[in-house]
Amino acid sequence: MRVVKAEESLAPAPAIQVEMYRAILMARMTDERCWLLNRGGQAPFVISCQGQEGAQVGSVFALDRTQDWFAPYYRDLGVVMALGMTPEEILKSVMARAGEPNSGARQMPSHFGSRRLRIISQGSAVATQCLHAVGVALAARTRGESALAIAYVGEGGTSQGDFHEALNFASVHRLPVIFMVENNSYASSVPQSLQMAITDVADRAAGYGMPGVVVDGQDVLEVYRVTRDAADLARSGGGPTLIEAKTHRLTSHSSDDDQRVYRKSGELEREAKDDVIPRFRDHLVGSGILDAKQDQSIRAELTKVIDAATQVAEDAPYPGADETYLHVYGEGPPFPEDLGGEPRLPKGD
Amino acid sequence: MAGLGSHKTVATSPGQLTFIQAIRSGLRDEMERDASVILLGEDVGAKGGVFKATEGLQKLYGQTRVIDTPLAESSIVGVAIGAALNGLKPVAEIQFADFIHPAFNQIVSEAAKMRYRSNGDFNVPMVIRAPFGGGVHGALYHSQSVEAFFAHVPGLKVVIPSTPYDAKDILISAIRDPDPVLYFEHKKAYRMIKGEVPEGEDYSVPIGRARVAREGRHMSVFSYGLMVHYCLAAAEQMAAEGHSVEVVDLRTVRPLDREAILESVEKTGKALVVYEANRTLGVGAEVAAIIAEECFEYLDGPVLRLGGPDVPAMPFSPPMEDFFLPDTDRILDAMRSLAAY
Repeated sequence: MRVVKAEESLAPAPAIQVEMYRAILMARMTDERCWLLNRGGQAPFVISCQGQEGAQVGSVFALDRTQDWFAPYYRDLGVVMALGMTPEEILKSVMARAGEPNSGARQMPSHFGSRRLRIISQGSAVATQCLHAVGVALAARTRGESALAIAYVGEGGTSQGDFHEALNFASVHRLPVIFMVENNSYASSVPQSLQMAITDVADRAAGYGMPGVVVDGQDVLEVYRVTRDAADLARSGGGPTLIEAKTHRLTSHSSDDDQRVYRKSGELEREAKDDVIPRFRDHLVGSGILDAKQDQSIRAELTKVIDAATQVAEDAPYPGADETYLHVYGEGPPFPEDLGGEPRLPKGD
Repeated sequence: MAGLGSHKTVATSPGQLTFIQAIRSGLRDEMERDASVILLGEDVGAKGGVFKATEGLQKLYGQTRVIDTPLAESSIVGVAIGAALNGLKPVAEIQFADFIHPAFNQIVSEAAKMRYRSNGDFNVPMVIRAPFGGGVHGALYHSQSVEAFFAHVPGLKVVIPSTPYDAKDILISAIRDPDPVLYFEHKKAYRMIKGEVPEGEDYSVPIGRARVAREGRHMSVFSYGLMVHYCLAAAEQMAAEGHSVEVVDLRTVRPLDREAILESVEKTGKALVVYEANRTLGVGAEVAAIIAEECFEYLDGPVLRLGGPDVPAMPFSPPMEDFFLPDTDRILDAMRSLAAY
C-alpha cells in the first residue's frame, strides 16, 4: 500500500519555488513584450499565455526535463520557457527572424518545437499533438526507457477526435502519457457551455479507463503535485492520466480578437483577481520564501534580459527566400525532378 | 468481405513469390535487420492482416513490435508519427486505402510538414501501407485509388509497385527512407501476380525511379500498379498488329521520374497514361503536363489519358464494376487511336 505523505513534503524546495516564480514571470513579461511589438507594428500576430502560466510551469517542474517529452499547444509559452527557450528566441519568433528555434521562421509565432528541449513540433490544427505524445511514449516504452510524454491541449481541443483517439489508445496500451487540459473556459469566442455538455473535462477520463483529475490551475503547487502523481503512475506502468487545470485567459484569443465582445460582464475583472502571479507571490511571501525586494530584483533582471533580447531580435535578419526549398525532404533540397517548372529563386539575397 | 480477405494458396516455383508474399518477405527482412521497425494497424497482429500481409510476424517479433490498434485511422497514423519522432521506424497499415481519409490531417498537415515546419529539426521516417484499387467486388469503399490526394503534397512520397520484385525492394527502400512514404498495393495483384524476388541484401530499387517494363519505338505508355500488367498484355497484342509499344512502370508517383518520362517520349513521340483512379486531376494530368511543357517538339500526337470514370467510386454491380476498371480491350482501343496519328 502506498503511504500518503504530508502535502508539504511533496512541495518543491524553496529555491525551486523561486525558480518556478521566475519562469512564470519570464513567460508573462515576454508575452507582454510581444503585444507591445504587435501594437507597434513589428509583430503581425500574437497569441498569449497570460493567465495560464501557473499550470504550465507547475506541470513542467513536476517532470523530468532531462528525459520526458513535451507536446505543447500554442498558449504554452510558460511550458517552453520553463524548458529553456529564451526571451531572445521567442522575440525572434514573433518577428519572424533568423535564429528563431521553432521553425526557422516558417510558422506563425507560438508554434513551438525543439528537439534539443524535447518539445515536439506542433502545427495549427488543435489536438493532433495528443496522438504524437502517445506515439512518443510508445517508442520510449518499446526501448524500455522510463521517459514519459505530456500533451497539452485547450478545452476546445478536447472536442476533436484526435483527443479522444489519443486517450483511448494510450489507455488500452497503458502508455506513460499525461494529458493536460488547460481549461480557460473559451475556445476563441466559444464558451465551454457550447463546447461540451459537462462541467469537468476530467470526467471524460472514466470513459477511457484512466484517472481524471481536476486541479485549480492558478495554484502552481497543486498543479505540480497532481502532475507528479500522474508521472509516478505513468512511470510505474499504470498508464495515462487526464488532468484538467481550471485556468483563465486574461487576453483576447489573439491579437486579432477583442474578447470584450463576447465576455460576460464582470468576468474578466473576477479572473484578473485570481491571476496566478499575485497568488503565487503571496504564497511565497507568506511562507517566507520571497520578500518584496527579491521580487523587485527578479522583475528588474527580467526586464533587462527582455530589453536586450528585443534589441537583438529587431537587429536579426529575416530568413531569405533562398531557404524556401530547404527541409522538404531529408535528401536536402527537393528532388530536381520535383522542381520541374517551379519558379526559380532570386540570385543572392 | 470474406471474398476479399480469403487466403488462396498459389503454387509458385522456387524463387517466385506472389505479390503479397513479397510484401511479407520485405517486412520480415527489415524487422529482422532493424529492431526499430514496428508494425501497427487493425488486425495486423494475431490475425496477420485481412490479406495476410503480416501473417506470422507477431509470433516472430512479439506484441510490442506488431501492434493491433483500436479501429481509428487517425490514431494509427498519429501514433506512428509520434513513434517515428522518437526513434522508431513504424510501418502503419490502413486496412483499405478507402479508410485512410480520417487520417488525412495527420498525413498531410502533420507528417508531410514536420520536417519543413521544424526547419529540419524533426523528421518522420514512417511508411503507411494501404491496399487500393478495384476489380475484387469491393464496391465504393473497398476499391478506391487515392494516390492523387497524397501525390499533391510536398513532404510525402508515394510509391505503387506492380511486381513482387519491386514490391519487396521498394518497401525496404520506403522503410529506410527518412521521410513519410505512402505505399499503395493493388489488392487484386496480391495473389494474381507472381514473380522472381531477390533474396538477401541485394536491394536495388530506389524511390523515384521508373522502370521500362517493355521497350518499344512507336508510343510510350505510362502506368503503375495493376494497370501495368494490363498495359503489357495490350502491348503484346499491338506488337501482333505491327506497333511497337513501350510500357513504362512509374513505380513512384511522387516524385515522378521526369527523366524517364521525357526520355521515353523523346524516343517514341507519343504518350498515353493509363491509371485506375478517377481520370480528372490525377497522375495522368501531371505526366501529360510534364510532357507538354518539356518535350512538346517531340510529339507526333496528343497526350492521351485513360483513367477510371469521373464518378464517386467503383460500384458493386459486376457490369458497373467492369465498366469502371480499365481493361486490356479499352487500353488497346486507346493505343490504336494514338497509333493512328
